[in-house]
Amino acid sequence: MNETIGYQQQTLLQKLNWQDWLYALVIVAGSVFAFIKYAHFMDAYEVTFLFGAAALISYLGWQWKALGRLVLGVGVLSLAAIAMYHGDQARATQVFFLKFLIASQSAIMWMNVLFVLAMVTYWFALYRRSAFTGRVASALTWAAVLFGFVGLMVRWYESYLIATDVGHIPVSNLYEVFVLFCLITALLYLHYEQKLNTKQLGGFVLLVINAAVGFILWYTFDRAAHNIQPLVPALQSYWMKIHVPANFVGYGSFSLAAMVALSYLLASKGVLTSRLPSLDVLDDLMYKAIAVGFAFFTIATILGAMWAAEAWGGYWSWDPKETWALIVWLNYAAWLHLRMVKGLRGPLLAWWALIGLIITTFAFLGVNMFLSGLHSYGTL
Amino acid sequence: MRFAVSLLSVLGVASVIGTVLKQNEPYENYIVKFGQFWFALFEHLGLYDVYHSVWFLVILLFLVVSTSLCIYRNTPLMLKEWRTFKEHATEKSLRAFSHQATFKPAADYAVVKQNLLQFLDAKGFKYKIRAQEDGSELIAAKAGTHQRWGYIFTHVAMVVILFGGLLDGNLPFKVQEMLGYKRIETTDLPVSKVPAESRMSVSNPSFRGNMTLAEGATHNVAFLRVRDGYLVQELPFAIGLKDFRIEHYATGQPKSFESDLVIFDPALKEPITKTISVNHPLTYKGIAIYQSDFQDGGTGLKFNVWNLFTPNNQPQALAGNIFGEGALDEGDAQLRVEYNDFRKFNIINMSPDGKGKPHNVGPNVTYKLRDSRGQATEYVTYMQPLQIDGQFYFLSGMRETVQEDFRYLRIPADDNLSIDGFMGFRAMMLDASKYPEIAKRIAEKSLGVRGDPQMKKQFELSLVRLLTVFAKGGYSEVAKVIEKNVPEKEREASATTYIKMVNVAAYEAYNMGLALNKKPLLKNSPETERLLRDSLNAFSDMFFYGTPYYLQLNQFEHKEASGLQLTKSPGQKWVYLGSVILVLGIFAMMYIRERRIWLYLKPDAKEVHFAMASNRKNLDFEQEFNLYREQLAGIAS
Repeated sequence: MNETIGYQQQTLLQKLNWQDWLYALVIVAGSVFAFIKYAHFMDAYEVTFLFGAAALISYLGWQWKALGRLVLGVGVLSLAAIAMYHGDQARATQVFFLKFLIASQSAIMWMNVLFVLAMVTYWFALYRRSAFTGRVASALTWAAVLFGFVGLMVRWYESYLIATDVGHIPVSNLYEVFVLFCLITALLYLHYEQKLNTKQLGGFVLLVINAAVGFILWYTFDRAAHNIQPLVPALQSYWMKIHVPANFVGYGSFSLAAMVALSYLLASKGVLTSRLPSLDVLDDLMYKAIAVGFAFFTIATILGAMWAAEAWGGYWSWDPKETWALIVWLNYAAWLHLRMVKGLRGPLLAWWALIGLIITTFAFLGVNMFLSGLHSYGTL
Repeated sequence: MRFAVSLLSVLGVASVIGTVLKQNEPYENYIVKFGQFWFALFEHLGLYDVYHSVWFLVILLFLVVSTSLCIYRNTPLMLKEWRTFKEHATEKSLRAFSHQATFKPAADYAVVKQNLLQFLDAKGFKYKIRAQEDGSELIAAKAGTHQRWGYIFTHVAMVVILFGGLLDGNLPFKVQEMLGYKRIETTDLPVSKVPAESRMSVSNPSFRGNMTLAEGATHNVAFLRVRDGYLVQELPFAIGLKDFRIEHYATGQPKSFESDLVIFDPALKEPITKTISVNHPLTYKGIAIYQSDFQDGGTGLKFNVWNLFTPNNQPQALAGNIFGEGALDEGDAQLRVEYNDFRKFNIINMSPDGKGKPHNVGPNVTYKLRDSRGQATEYVTYMQPLQIDGQFYFLSGMRETVQEDFRYLRIPADDNLSIDGFMGFRAMMLDASKYPEIAKRIAEKSLGVRGDPQMKKQFELSLVRLLTVFAKGGYSEVAKVIEKNVPEKEREASATTYIKMVNVAAYEAYNMGLALNKKPLLKNSPETERLLRDSLNAFSDMFFYGTPYYLQLNQFEHKEASGLQLTKSPGQKWVYLGSVILVLGIFAMMYIRERRIWLYLKPDAKEVHFAMASNRKNLDFEQEFNLYREQLAGIAS
């Protein structure tokens, strides 16, 4: 019976070692602590989200060890920042570590810088075919994600320092979701990078992330959008906590897919072909990204409809944002349909995925800029 | 399928039109925007309410039908694929597979067979063994065939969601309208006067309407907006509003809108009392009641009315209500006052560079003054003085048409933050009988008490003349006189002199006004200079204010109205059900991979033939096949 051992697939629980259990224990302990301390501020949904998030983070950390390390890093740095505040907002500009490293504004600035550095390094690695430089680029991206999440966590805390009724999760305006977009896109990319060993794509994916970074910088310096604003009544809902992140997994995946499509098109035209992964890998990655994005975008839209039913008096109002979400959805539904049912492959789908990004960007940003409607929380 | 995809594309394009062209605006706006010709064409195409136009609904209906047909045709196939093990495959057909391998096991047949079955079990495959005529055996295995349900689920979900959506559309009304039973009402009528053909009964299965409820009022109908008119929707109960509240953050932004509602229903022993707010609606008898917006509910107002052009220093009293009317003057000169809106909070960013924080500047009232010919001018007046560049001003804006911006009259507040200082000054400046006194004071100050009487007289006379001109129209009147009487070269010099003289006169006039009201007098200081400059500007501007009447709000009794939205949506549960099915379907379709393995066991030849297939060829499948081939080689060799 020796042969059987070779192919026997281990279940997830069998694969876990004591570090994994310790990790989950820390996460659960943190959630229980939060529950004991703040339960009376939360409604039943939020309690569900708290423990749901704990379960989700544990599971993801088990499946993807690097993510587990990130979670712990974010936790440690965020808690350190919170400890340094002593409950006083003004200390953000007084305490050395806060001012220069982990106050939310500083951390987000670090994220911006690191993303730019990572992109340059990725391109350099591609140019020199250097595996080591590629690893450095990955590390820089991880560091950017770390700082970005610390920035958001600390921002969440800072919002409560302004006033208890102002405090809210930082996914409520265009500035905050742009940071979220960078982080989610980077994480999705890092996941596939590790799985398919495609460091050559980092430079491409970071193009779209750094476009967002550019927007964040302009938005910060020109419009002072980084200031924390209280929530308008329509946004005061537990739905925001799931609707927005789910949507941004969608947007992030579609952007990732578009950038992979770009590299696919270049490689199929003979540009950088020898440096990029094979067309099959690129094609597969593009499909996977769109599949993930589509699933999350569907869920996000449904959650949005359920929220709308509670806030606007109907699950569907043909509001411009809703309508454009539908158009994005139909676009990728058609893409997947052609690929899965008709078996279509090749440059056409890559072009389509790339153009899909324009539609997605319009739904994400253009609607806020050019059209008005119920959804105008992030006007420019 | 192709038909369905084309329909979806048309749907997409139509949806884009609906987002680019603002929907459900008042029809006048469209006429202004497009002109009569295009307006009529677009109206005909239903572009002002794309999503409820007949053609849009027809597309949706076709989609339901065509998708249903698709399901009807393909489901049996899908179910067959889901169930079958394809155990009838022949050795020949298996050898034609692109993914196949042959192993020559050395071990005993029974052991090999058992190991292979264990392998399939471990990989999560279900299998069926079929003996062949020549004594060989075929193990046909499958995994992930639930993927086939993904197809069925996603398509069924679309039908269910569209069905729910159609239930919530206004199809019943559309049909009744086409048959001539119903029509929309386009004139503004009291509810009781709206004819029966524009009323929807309680049995209307679905609707989305609005109700504006003033504090203390009770209504039992909602209004449904349709195109450029409306319908009255009768409700099976009445809703009363006890109180409406807006809470604010410390920064002034609104924090919550809440309405204390009372539901009156004959079926209830006691009325239901419930507070609703944004994100927290109340559902009663299948009708969900939402906090949607708010407006004034008829706030009581009390004004001091100043006639700006009479030297009279006593304002008249005027009282009214928002949505009500009042009258000023009599006879032909009579003006109707229409009170339009009152806002208790006005969050405005008053900093000059726009970078400061917005803050609440207090209440304002909007009203129209309509003359006997029906011409109206709109005014907005703030109750409290607003701080601009460190100085306080009473602001009142006027405009002749809605398209214009308000042009503001800025009246400087006096030391007590009151308008009285300016009004006293204004009265003095208008009262010709006071000019000699003003002139005398100035002459004495500048020429001395014992100055040349002749010269003094001359000086006083010219001052009186100047003040007379100024009282007719402020600076612009003075400018006109200069233009008429002074040669071009000397104009600037004389203008400077006049301005100086008017300023000096203003100082005296202001103080005389204060003295009359027994208030402390102004002192010579830069603040006083600025106050006088502002007062003179305000005096000059009031000739462009469009009316002699300045309505200064001094008391109000706030009454608000809550804007409710009422929705009856029987399709909602269908849409949610469809959504759940859709998510299940999408996950099944994308994350369950159907794979099939055939193991053809030939005991005689000591051979195992392995073939593998998937309905979707991709990288994962290639990797899996390679892995399995290696592992099977380990077992069956």
